[in-house]
Amino acid sequence: MTPELLNLHGVSKSFANGTQALAGLELKLSRGEFVSLLGPSGCGKSTALRLIAGLDTPDAGHLSWLGGTRPEIGFVFQEPTLMPWASVFENVWLPLRLKGVSRQKATAAIEETLALVGLSSFINAFPRELSGGMRMRVSIARALVLRPTLLLMDEPFAALDEITRSKLNRDLLHLQASLGMTILFVTHSVYESAYLSSRICVFSQRPGRIAAEIAIAAPGTRDETFRLSQIYLDACANASAALEETMRGAAA
Amino acid sequence: MKSDRILPLAVFMTLLAGWEGIVRGLGIAPYILPAPSLILSTLAEDWTILSASLWVTLRITAAALVLATVIGVAIAILFAQFRWLERSFLPVAVILQVTPIIAIAPLLLVYLEPGSAVLACAFLVAFFPVLANTALGLGSADPNLRDLFTLYGASAWQQMRFLRLPSALPYFLGGLRIAGGLALIGAIAAEIAAGAAGQGAGLAYRIVEAGYRLNIPRMFASLALISVAGIAIYSALEFISQRALRRWTEASRPKGQASAFTDI
Repeated sequence: MTPELLNLHGVSKSFANGTQALAGLELKLSRGEFVSLLGPSGCGKSTALRLIAGLDTPDAGHLSWLGGTRPEIGFVFQEPTLMPWASVFENVWLPLRLKGVSRQKATAAIEETLALVGLSSFINAFPRELSGGMRMRVSIARALVLRPTLLLMDEPFAALDEITRSKLNRDLLHLQASLGMTILFVTHSVYESAYLSSRICVFSQRPGRIAAEIAIAAPGTRDETFRLSQIYLDACANASAALEETMRGAAA
Repeated sequence: MKSDRILPLAVFMTLLAGWEGIVRGLGIAPYILPAPSLILSTLAEDWTILSASLWVTLRITAAALVLATVIGVAIAILFAQFRWLERSFLPVAVILQVTPIIAIAPLLLVYLEPGSAVLACAFLVAFFPVLANTALGLGSADPNLRDLFTLYGASAWQQMRFLRLPSALPYFLGGLRIAGGLALIGAIAAEIAAGAAGQGAGLAYRIVEAGYRLNIPRMFASLALISVAGIAIYSALEFISQRALRRWTEASRPKGQASAFTDI
């Protein structure tokens, strides 16, 4: 068993307007896992991600990290969230720059990371010159430039077209295989979660907690043929059924 | 692009030609309404006096704009860093702004040299749009980017330098364009007040002086120069804006500016 990277225990969170986003969330993450949080919109998945990133604090419960401290974390939002005034190089430089790394010392890491996401030749381009998919790649490169232990992704491909999306899905698995980070991925797409994950956590309606877990016993690096495999189809069916179940629970 | 310019130019020329025709056809005396041709020749004849006055007005306007930019941006940054400062001092800035400058000018002329009083008036009206727009821009940074800065442990200073100031740039430039026009208006308003007191050297003073002497063509010539100066200032600032924002997408330009009080 790989060591547990993160353990969320009984985590609850309400907002100032009284909305309870999370109620007693239990979630364990092991090193090197690819875990999807799958659920309907507004079920508290993003809130869970923000708590893990340390952008919010839980009202109750606690997070315990391997080694006691929060490791290096990368965050990818639904939007590419690039700085429009800065070049691709400068956008990817940002996490290093905030840690005081000079342009010169950062260059090698930036070039290497841009090569990983296939954007080497766009290093001097500006965000407005790039397509939606390329902007998302820059956003991923920025999240990876510090080589985080944990990569948090909040519906990163939801706004992209199907073709771009499946290409980015495949590339993301390759990135994980070569860099070895743990990924926690929020999505509302059953197919995306089944293709990417080693484990799917299905969220209930708000207040969110995990209603079902589906482990997918397939190798981490998968190609398009995986979409035709029985394992994939079963995972889709199970995830859909679990999702259906939570929705029905809410309606009743 | 070409035809975009031809049409307004044609309208303008037609208006001038109509004006010229009416003045000549009806034989209107030049001390009532001078024809454009007379205004143009007056401009040429009085060029030595008028160009010196134009230079005075432009210099004061430019100085006011520089002061308004430096002080407006500095205060906006302070407001953004210390919210209690904003809460405490914004009402003062608003009071200064909503009080018509033409009413403040005579008072300033009592306390200050005419030159300094004109500069102070131009500064007072130009300062607020820079402050208001820059303050709005500093608060406009993408919330996700702000989260990202927090995630990477950015200091308040780093947030300001790498996120809030660049985010504010389009807003600041919008404020600057408004301020450019207002600085000229403020300078002219103060010069009129100074001119009424028999002091001053700027273009508006020439208008007041020519009015006393019933030299209507020179009044119009001065007026034409003020218009040209206003257009030149606006065009120059527009050019600077476009150069500065070349890297930005259209979508990232602010959709609405802070409403600046454009009355005086």
